[in-house]
Amino acid sequence: MPLWPFDNYWAHFAVFSIIIIIFVLLMVMVFIWFERRAFGPFQMRWGPNRSSPWGALQPVADAVKVLLKEDIIPAAADKWVHFLAPIVVFIPALLIFAVIPFHNGYGLIPDLNIGLLYIVAISALSVIGVFMAGWGSGNKFSLIGGMRVIAQMVSYEVPLVLSLIGVVLVAGSLSINEIVVAQDIPFFVLMPLGFLIFLIAAMAEINRGPFDLLEADSELVAGFHTEYSGMKFAMFYLAEYGHALAMSAVAATLFFGGWRGPGDEFIGVLWFLLKVMFIFFLLIWMRTTFPRLRVDQLTGFGWKFLFPLSLMNLFIVAGEVILWGEIPWWAIFINFGAAVTLIYLWSRLFKFGGGRVEVHA
Amino acid sequence: MKFTLEGSGIGLLKGLWLTFRHLFRPRLTTQYPDAKLTLSKRFRGNELVWDRDRCTGCATCAKSCPQGNIEIITSKGDENNYVVEKFELDSGRCMFCGLCVESCPYSALFLSMEYERANYRRGELVLVRDRLRLNPNSRRSAYAHPELEPSLPRQDLLIEGSKGSKPK
Repeated sequence: MPLWPFDNYWAHFAVFSIIIIIFVLLMVMVFIWFERRAFGPFQMRWGPNRSSPWGALQPVADAVKVLLKEDIIPAAADKWVHFLAPIVVFIPALLIFAVIPFHNGYGLIPDLNIGLLYIVAISALSVIGVFMAGWGSGNKFSLIGGMRVIAQMVSYEVPLVLSLIGVVLVAGSLSINEIVVAQDIPFFVLMPLGFLIFLIAAMAEINRGPFDLLEADSELVAGFHTEYSGMKFAMFYLAEYGHALAMSAVAATLFFGGWRGPGDEFIGVLWFLLKVMFIFFLLIWMRTTFPRLRVDQLTGFGWKFLFPLSLMNLFIVAGEVILWGEIPWWAIFINFGAAVTLIYLWSRLFKFGGGRVEVHA
Repeated sequence: MKFTLEGSGIGLLKGLWLTFRHLFRPRLTTQYPDAKLTLSKRFRGNELVWDRDRCTGCATCAKSCPQGNIEIITSKGDENNYVVEKFELDSGRCMFCGLCVESCPYSALFLSMEYERANYRRGELVLVRDRLRLNPNSRRSAYAHPELEPSLPRQDLLIEGSKGSKPK
């Protein structure tokens, strides 16, 4: 691990901590802007374009607006839990970046030898914060939202981890930087099924897109942050995009080869950012396309569809690793065919939501 | 078993393709303060236009008003006619039903095409004579006056795509 900028441990940690905090806060602003601008054309309208050229200052305007609002603590709230929840939700989004390499070996601790385990452990933490918010608000909608996030978490953590084990098997290491180094072929090409499962499970994990049941506006007012306003709401808003950023970074690193790309000795950071933006664009695309799932559909999809498929994906990848050791490039075709076949066959075995019900009068 | 892709997640891909195509379609939003839609020819705008020369002061409009908004005071003129001394209309209480326009026997009253008339004070909503007067700037609506229709521009339809302006 190169110690940068000075050959000193403490300087390295201090500088990179600050870099990560600034990076996350800046990228969250970029993400908020990017998502709102991208939603526009997807829905045949312009996004925000009033605040400055291309609406670039819209996140700033949002932030100023939300910070000037009154901070309300409901009378029925558990005060301390209510206060701590936004912080507990936001911190894991920052912590994940400790092991993400921004460039070859450059990061806070990119060659932590249990890096992937660390990511899995940390990314599960924010759920506690969401449940704290749900519980501490003393509001039935918040509590239902908090309960839902636990159910969602339990259902989707399993396929998420199982799809990541495939990555570990192929790369032969838990260290994030070594996983990136191992990606001569990006892993999303090498194991498309694993990537698909990871992407879906990650979307559920960060409570975005069709899986945003915990704040389902049409059912739960605003779910876990119904009783939040002002600064604390801003923290939740920040955390939502912070987690999207963290998961995009993890997906870009583990499946798209992180900083790798042509000329990565010099512009590795740019490759990394480009891939993060691409993954986030995929997330926006799916969020704007798919309608929200019902709770029973959510858990059903997780356990009956993603879980068995992730086990089979792990089986295939493990078999290939045992058979060939280093997976040859032509295994891409086998894996792609296997992914399509498995998804098709499994959709025959398990009908999502029981199919359409025709009522005959 | 028949081979079909239905129900195997192909619908998700179709949905993604549909929204992706939306990226290249014209936007439907009109950038309002910069660009404005041309309204319907028979638009009932929240202002009235009064043609003083044609008005005889018969006060039919005042009688037909369900709200009693129109206040009209006349005096006797030299040629045994009415001279309109006061013609006031409280548009703050007007519901723009258009009955006054329809009932005017001399076609002296028109609804207008104006709609940007937000005010800070209710008093400013009372339209007095000069504000109501027909002048080159007043835009008369063809509501209840089909003879005006040929002179008015065609209405913009949202289905034809957004008007002009690119976003900044």
